Amino acid sequence: MTQPLLDVCNVSKAFGGVIANRNISLKVNRGQIVGLIGPNGSGKTTLFNSIVGYHPIDDGEIWFKGEEISRYRVGRIARLGLLRTFQQTRIYGRMTCMENMLISLPERESSFLDLLKSRHSAGIQRAKDLLEFVGLYSKRYHYAGDLSFGQQKLLEFAMALINEPEMLLLDEPTAGINPTLINGLIDRLKRANEELGITLLVIEHNMRVIMNLAEHIYCLAHGEMLAEGSPEEIRNDQRVIDAYLGAH
Amino acid sequence: MNRRLANVIAILALGVIGILGPWLFPAHLSQFSKLWLFIVLALTWDLLGGQTGYNSFGNVVFFGIGMYAAAVTQVGLYYPVAAYTAAKGGGTEFVFDVAQFYTGLAVGLPVGGIMAALAAAALGMVILGMRGHYFAIATLGLAIAAGELAAGWEYIGAGSGMVTPTPPDTIDTTLLFYYLSFALAAVTFGFLAWLYSTRFGLAINAIRDDEDKAEAMGHHTTRNKVITWTISAFFLGIAGGIFGNLSKFIDPIDVAFNGAEVGVWMILMAILGGKGTLWGPVIGAAVFYVTKELFWTYLLGWQRVALGALIVIIVVFFPQGIVGWLKERWPERFGPSKEEMEAADAKGGA
Amino acid sequence: MDNLNLLIQAPILNVQLLLDGLWIGAIFALAAFGMALVWGVMNIINVAQGEFVMLGGFITLMVMEAGLSPLLGIPAAAIVLFVLGWLLYRVIIWRIVDADMFISLLATFGISIMMQQLMNEIFGSDVRTAESGLGMFYLFDNMVTVSQIKVLAFVLAFAIGLALWLFLKRSRLGQAIRATSQNPRAARILGIDTDRVYAATYAINAALCGAAGALVVMAYSIHPYVGLPYTVRSFMIVIMAGLGNLGGVIAAGLGLGAAEQFAGFLLGAEYQLAFVFLLLVVVLVWRQMVLARRRQYLK
Repeated sequence: MTQPLLDVCNVSKAFGGVIANRNISLKVNRGQIVGLIGPNGSGKTTLFNSIVGYHPIDDGEIWFKGEEISRYRVGRIARLGLLRTFQQTRIYGRMTCMENMLISLPERESSFLDLLKSRHSAGIQRAKDLLEFVGLYSKRYHYAGDLSFGQQKLLEFAMALINEPEMLLLDEPTAGINPTLINGLIDRLKRANEELGITLLVIEHNMRVIMNLAEHIYCLAHGEMLAEGSPEEIRNDQRVIDAYLGAH
Repeated sequence: MNRRLANVIAILALGVIGILGPWLFPAHLSQFSKLWLFIVLALTWDLLGGQTGYNSFGNVVFFGIGMYAAAVTQVGLYYPVAAYTAAKGGGTEFVFDVAQFYTGLAVGLPVGGIMAALAAAALGMVILGMRGHYFAIATLGLAIAAGELAAGWEYIGAGSGMVTPTPPDTIDTTLLFYYLSFALAAVTFGFLAWLYSTRFGLAINAIRDDEDKAEAMGHHTTRNKVITWTISAFFLGIAGGIFGNLSKFIDPIDVAFNGAEVGVWMILMAILGGKGTLWGPVIGAAVFYVTKELFWTYLLGWQRVALGALIVIIVVFFPQGIVGWLKERWPERFGPSKEEMEAADAKGGA
Repeated sequence: MDNLNLLIQAPILNVQLLLDGLWIGAIFALAAFGMALVWGVMNIINVAQGEFVMLGGFITLMVMEAGLSPLLGIPAAAIVLFVLGWLLYRVIIWRIVDADMFISLLATFGISIMMQQLMNEIFGSDVRTAESGLGMFYLFDNMVTVSQIKVLAFVLAFAIGLALWLFLKRSRLGQAIRATSQNPRAARILGIDTDRVYAATYAINAALCGAAGALVVMAYSIHPYVGLPYTVRSFMIVIMAGLGNLGGVIAAGLGLGAAEQFAGFLLGAEYQLAFVFLLLVVVLVWRQMVLARRRQYLK
């Protein structure tokens, strides 16, 4: 239990002359829900992209399940069980919700021949259960491209869950979702964590959400790690308050 | 259920027409053989172009490879190929008896398919790791390059081409090749219909809709693309083998690697009928082929210009194609019906 | 590989091939410059690029057949193709600017087929050239011959490219084009008529290719199917150099020209085209490997 599931060590990333992440370290243990907050432009999404393999990092190391992944590309990292959702949702627009779910069933171990089994033989019930779970069951035969932004976001979340990742990185899961649904979403995130055993790392702007959800929070500002601690500690940290007030 | 029924009826009707072909249109049998082959060309183009979203401008290469590989095998089983091509296939010493001819075909056509598939796999591993538009341009010159290489290779007759084995007089080759073409079209259609119903079908659709997402969800996108192209090339290669025998003579540039005609036609047929649908390429091929046979002579050489214009018009003004248009116009009849899907997964879930 | 021995034994031949490569390479770079412009500004890979070059050549031939100097073919081809490019934009291209890149690929592919076959119907498939009447320079004791028209074409290609570059840097329209390429929505909000910018960009590209075609027909030769290799070369140069890197385009263009000359000499001229397409695949693979190290894909 000593080894964290995700271990980000001293990662730096610059775009041209702009330093987006400087010497960031962060640890997430198996089974935790960890929050990542920070004002706009503080480098949260850049850090996500570095972790899941969208761009090379300039310095530092990233470890997942005891394997260094800093040089792997997106697909390989995803197959290790580290998934992410996008700030701007991405779903397969010309397929129905069910098809979106079915094609997101985990493919990690599967060979080409496994793919040739009928799409109805496995996972249909699972897909339906998870659509029910996120409240999209009644829309299951609609084309995903016809859903509203908030619904697409929920679909993307359900697609991530059916993929059975060990860890899920969520980029602003509540942005664009109807406020009345937010409490339900928090509940679902918690249940995904408890019942499905998925470790979560969540970027979130909504303070109420993240304080309710996360057991440990990291705060970034200007590309550097400003503070970390329990929600209580972060809430009372003067530096965090200043960073947010200064930025708004 | 009525849509499923309509599908079954359409397939049965096509099957009956196909089987009874020699009695229904005895005078046009060889044209109809080509129609079946054209359906294969359109279906295989659509597998990568429509279902996976990767436009290839060079699929005709696999058609040509299959054609040459089949012919070389048919000859090579019994005679030295170099001597055969040097003699332009003629002469009394290169005679094929009935058994030899049938054996040659039985071995040669699969070899044609396999060689084409191998070529696609090798090429695909190199150029399918990149995204669609780079792939498209990379395939642009394939037909030309392949044609030039074939035209320079003495073993297969170089620029003067290669004659396919002359069948013994006792074999009715028109009938033989008709049924071969029909069988190939039927098998290709059936295979693709099945393939699109599997998770693999969804996996390639996912690449078409959002490849980054598919990658981020852990799909082996490059592997799936390469497999797709390889399957496509296999059927295309067999079609090439039959087409070569049907034409009796393989010219490297005008028959085998004819990018300006066959290469363009297969793209046009697929998008005319409706990209990314199972029936689209079939309908597109039939409409195009009949139109071509009817009007080709009246256009007096301008037909190739008209073809270019037709591509532009279809892509710009009618991108959904015939089947796509039908689906939009009468969604209740041609679109996905909810009841059916529910029925389908009740069956699968049980 | 007899020719390889020849190159080693008579090193002066290398100079000949290199120079020949540079002359034609400047024209490749010119067409590639246009492709990069359209690609960068409109996000369209223009498959009909080479056909614009081919049309420019035929227009120059017509100018010459009318009894005028083929040099007048350069402005004539540029003007006619500018108009044609504008028309193509107004009729077809504007409908596909915002569409998926696959649509624009297929549509411009259709345009290219149409133009090839049209020229084939009108002029036949013969290889043609516009005799400029210029002579040769002889260097190194007549060991190296340099066709004056090729040198002239080389110089003119640079002059035309430079003029366009200055135009893009200095003029109002040029600034609008660059603004649009960076962010079309912002440009639209700031009052730039992006539709006109696109039309101008596409027309300028066509004109550029037309001028390149005029140089090709004077210094080399042309036939209705000559376009595709020019498209492939332009594409290759752009991916080697990257969008918006004029120095890179020139270097890649000249390099490609030289590489082709050496390949043609070593493998035989009949394999020169096959070499071009093979080289494209090699370049793409090389780019892919570079990008893989940066965790990226070629896209």
